[in-house]
Amino acid sequence: MSQAEVVEPVRPVSPLWTFGLLRSELTTTFRRWRTLALLAVLAAVPVLVGIAVKMETSDGSSPGGGGGGPAFISQITNNGLFLVFTALAATLPFFLPMAIGVVAGDAIAGESNAGTLRYLLVAPAGRSRLLLTKYATVVIFCLAATLVVAVSALTVGALLFPLGDLTTISGTQISFAEGLGRALLIALAVAASLIGVAALGLFVSTLTGSGIAAMATTVGLLITVQILDQIPQLHALQPYFFSHYWLSFADLMREPVYWDDLAKNLGLQALYAAVFGSAAWARFTTKDITA
Amino acid sequence: MGEPSATEPEQRGDQAGDPVIDTRALTKRYRGGQLAVDGLDLTVPAGSVFGFLGPNGSGKTTTIRMLMGLIEPTSGTATVLGQPMPRATRAVLPHVGALIEGPALYGFLSGRDNLIRYDSADPAADPRTRKARVAAALDRVGLTAAAGKKAKAYSLGMKQRLGLAAALLQPRRMLVLDEPTNGLDPQGMREIRTLIRELASDGTTVFLSSHLLDEIDQVCTHAAVMTQGRLITQGPVAELSAGARGRLVVTTPDPAEAARVLKEQGVGDVVVTDDRVTGEPPDRDLAEVNAALVTAGVRVRGFTVERASLEDAFVALTGEGFDVAG
Repeated sequence: MSQAEVVEPVRPVSPLWTFGLLRSELTTTFRRWRTLALLAVLAAVPVLVGIAVKMETSDGSSPGGGGGGPAFISQITNNGLFLVFTALAATLPFFLPMAIGVVAGDAIAGESNAGTLRYLLVAPAGRSRLLLTKYATVVIFCLAATLVVAVSALTVGALLFPLGDLTTISGTQISFAEGLGRALLIALAVAASLIGVAALGLFVSTLTGSGIAAMATTVGLLITVQILDQIPQLHALQPYFFSHYWLSFADLMREPVYWDDLAKNLGLQALYAAVFGSAAWARFTTKDITA
Repeated sequence: MGEPSATEPEQRGDQAGDPVIDTRALTKRYRGGQLAVDGLDLTVPAGSVFGFLGPNGSGKTTTIRMLMGLIEPTSGTATVLGQPMPRATRAVLPHVGALIEGPALYGFLSGRDNLIRYDSADPAADPRTRKARVAAALDRVGLTAAAGKKAKAYSLGMKQRLGLAAALLQPRRMLVLDEPTNGLDPQGMREIRTLIRELASDGTTVFLSSHLLDEIDQVCTHAAVMTQGRLITQGPVAELSAGARGRLVVTTPDPAEAARVLKEQGVGDVVVTDDRVTGEPPDRDLAEVNAALVTAGVRVRGFTVERASLEDAFVALTGEGFDVAG
């Protein structure tokens, strides 16, 4: 056994290796057929909304039947940029968080289910690092999903409707360039709104060894919270629901911008990320990996 | 987490022949109260090919998972490469290649991309040499031609090979292989055995769990046997087999007469099957036994002592057959 005792050079560890894991995680996530399908569904929503509005208004009537439908829908015919706001308002309550719930819920549980988790851990990826990488990937997916909706909406809006200066909710005129800037800000605000769901989904994902169960639980919680948010008797609790301030992004279309609810939303999302992130960490770093 | 930084130069564990795996009273009781591993004292010498035997449910996999830091022991200690597990996972595991309970792959990625994924998870893996190391590992297990195919299209044997390739991405000081020949055809099994011998001759310690006693017998220098969470025995294979004595086998057209003479000569437990007479060899010189047979007019066609196999040793130890259950 002489050769076993030959001293090998200690392998250097690059301080950037964590990004290698993140890059691997991102390519793995975005090469999954399921992820691409979710993004395709999200991209289709603005197309459907755009075509529906176009068809409804082709006879000259105003869309939304005078006040119904998602925010900003009545403005789309005047300015295609409003399709971005309408599409985000339409996807934020369900389509976007559902997509996040699927990706977050599957993050740990899916690997556990496939058995790949044990090989990542003996590689050794490190439990805290793997969890952080997974969370970072889900957050990046939040941003990507929101941008897919926004870009798809902007493209459809530009193709079907005129573009130009736009009127804010407060009634002031802003230039198209500033409108684009606001649209980007709104997309960021929407993506940030999903951080809480992402943390919740990741926590659920550490509890079970079944990806499907984790996804279903996360999406189920999402629907439950949205229903509870509509029940007046729960008024005292509602400010703590992660979806309560979601539609605050519309305040970015005021002149001047009304920051109160936006700040509350960000604070609430940060709180969810902290609470469920810690819970996920506590659970995952002490868990026996038997799958 | 308590993971020490992997950047610290860690003290070498297996110098001066220190064991690469050393457990003291290692115990795991699952939450349901089931005692999976009970006071295990396992010592794996550096440079050995160590066979880890036991029927299903005997606690082999739980032990391996504790050694790999996947499961926290209820009590007792485990050191791997001289460092405590699971505390030192980040320092120890880059030196350990593992195949645990079969391969697990990303079906939607190609074989090559699966290896790149696992290599990216290793903090000690140099990304600049990644492609070359992945190609070398694929070549070593004979998967170069199928490297671009999606892993879900792989046969069980190919998946097993890819799992082995993942364990061989780096030069390792120890390989932990749980049932490495599962799903392979006889040719594949031979290849894996050759690979294990090659690795062992390079000085890599190989910790091999298997239900195929034959396999352990063929490649292992040391072995340990577990049943019901306890270690029955461990040691060099030669010593374990020596515990069970070989059998004298006489082939003759006169079996009845041969059996009578052999009994006279002090051969115990004589069994006659067709033209074969077998028995426990006596303490005296076997040449005399043979001479006695010939003198008595027994026509001897063959006269040998069959070496005790590990299976005989196992039966002698447990008083039962080896329960082969996947």
